[in-house]
Amino acid sequence: MRELRRWRTLITLPLLAVLLAACSSVQPWVKPYEREHLADPIMQIDPNPVASVYLDHVFESREDARGATGGVGGGCGCN
Amino acid sequence: MKLLKTSLLCSMLLAAASLAGATDDLAPGAPGPGFSLASMGGPKVDLNALKGQVVLINFWASWCGPCRQEMPVLEQVYKRYKGLGVTLLGVNVEPDSSNAAGWLKATPVSFPILFDTDSKVSKLYDVAGMPNTVILDRKGTVRFVHRGYKPGEENEYMDQIRTLARE
Amino acid sequence: MSNWRIRWLTVAVACGAIAYADVLPDDRADALWHYYGGGGITVEGPSLLVRKKIGDNLSVAVNYYVDMITSASIDVVTEASPYKEIRRQETISADYLRGKTTYSGGFIDSVEPDYNAKTSFLAVSQSMFGDLTTVSMGYTRGWDIVGKTLHGIIDPDFHPRADRRNWSIGVTQVLTRNLLASLNFETDESEGYLQSPYREARYFTGAGDGYSFEPQVYPKTHTSNAASVELKYYLPWRAALTGDARVYEDTWGVSAEDGSLKYMQPLKHNLTLDTLFRYYTQTHATFYSDLFPYANSQNFLARDRELASFRSMTVGAGISYQMPVTRFSWLDKATVNLSVDHLRVNYLDFRDDLVSAPTPQQEPLYVLTANVVEFFISAWY
Repeated sequence: MRELRRWRTLITLPLLAVLLAACSSVQPWVKPYEREHLADPIMQIDPNPVASVYLDHVFESREDARGATGGVGGGCGCN
Repeated sequence: MKLLKTSLLCSMLLAAASLAGATDDLAPGAPGPGFSLASMGGPKVDLNALKGQVVLINFWASWCGPCRQEMPVLEQVYKRYKGLGVTLLGVNVEPDSSNAAGWLKATPVSFPILFDTDSKVSKLYDVAGMPNTVILDRKGTVRFVHRGYKPGEENEYMDQIRTLARE
Repeated sequence: MSNWRIRWLTVAVACGAIAYADVLPDDRADALWHYYGGGGITVEGPSLLVRKKIGDNLSVAVNYYVDMITSASIDVVTEASPYKEIRRQETISADYLRGKTTYSGGFIDSVEPDYNAKTSFLAVSQSMFGDLTTVSMGYTRGWDIVGKTLHGIIDPDFHPRADRRNWSIGVTQVLTRNLLASLNFETDESEGYLQSPYREARYFTGAGDGYSFEPQVYPKTHTSNAASVELKYYLPWRAALTGDARVYEDTWGVSAEDGSLKYMQPLKHNLTLDTLFRYYTQTHATFYSDLFPYANSQNFLARDRELASFRSMTVGAGISYQMPVTRFSWLDKATVNLSVDHLRVNYLDFRDDLVSAPTPQQEPLYVLTANVVEFFISAWY
């Protein structure tokens, strides 16, 4: 579990950074009208869920590791 | 479990922080910032020259789904209220206007299309969502701001335009 | 595959549910044919999905999935006989959008002759900070009943339970106009009968083949933690490069790391090319051994190769074609897709006991190679 402790620090720090950013007077640095590339279909986190879920299943059936394969957000920022 | 508890706490604080409001829309009652932008196939359009008319400014982009959905609807609104001293400006926010020009070839509109290629006007109007619609009264004061577009929202636009047109 | 790891498909599905925060998922239908062949097993079947919005705030999806298994794998051939089996899985899920928050929930039912898995999941996803940040949290519960068949007949007295609780949290952050980052954590707790009722461990006897079999004994609880990071970058000529890395640890002593690189390149004529490279490495569970020194040598015994030490590499490519749909006014978009992946696993402490050798310790280390094919048509309406 020692390795995971190291990873915990590596990962909680960016989380805290995001938290601080939201709390302070920092404005969102990518404006909605600058999201052209993020709105492009090729930048979707998971464009074909049925296929990616299946491939994850292939790996998880043969490996002991599982989890932490999700992802949300990005995109166009519309509405 | 400790890690998860910490992460949960972080995210709850984050959610609370987000309510503190990271972006401010241009407040109704403030004067609409003036600008002068190049228009598609025409001369520069100056906002100050439109004083006396009710002006609906719609910030849009060809890559934004709800924006594309809204354009034909705006065309109908424009055609309907043109005669009442109401004008509509479609401000395209893309740095490269060729995509917008291409889309408009397939779906033409008759209201003026302006190009805000360096995002100056988008910044002036605190555009905080795509699309963004700002309605100015005949004195040039911001009266209504709409973030995003949902089908049916054009009824609100029309109600607000009618109210402002009567002033 | 009547292995308890089938349950983990549900985790992937649950993660898929935590997919949207400020916009509901698009209405779509997908028809997929999947094929896996390697290591003496072929598994193929359909996966069908239909998703539809009801009103402005609710999106509902149903999925029907089938695995048709023909197995003569190393695990089966050495201790049992080759078999054919069908597993069916049905999922229903819903996403409810209110402002910038999406609430998701669903239920999954997986049925095969010797395994029943029921799963329910709940998730909340919140978009914030000018839609640059999305935070999501999920909770999953699983209830499984493990069965055992002998020559096709179910053992009526064998039906232990295995229950699972899973917590996940993720943050997706827009870093620049061209870069997205995603962090995910997941904790999993299981208890009950967590092993395969068919597989056995082996111990050294010195006589005959040099070994004999004994039943596996697994702990009754299992806790694991996984953490991953993903970066997605928009390349200036219009392509997307995705890199991800994950670490995993559990209370059985297994630690694993994996990373992948994906490249998506739109081509002419409405084609898109996808390529994948994935690397995975794992160290064995504390109670795992390919060959124990004698019978009953430890409290817990396992020889499941999923708990062994191994390295694996996957390379894959896919092509997608966007079909013209102007003829059908009710269709927004449609694609035809084909992808092929090649997987190779090098086991470091699991031996191929089908190969006769002077002593079991001299059997070659097992190597698994497999091919995965996915063919699917998607329609958006």
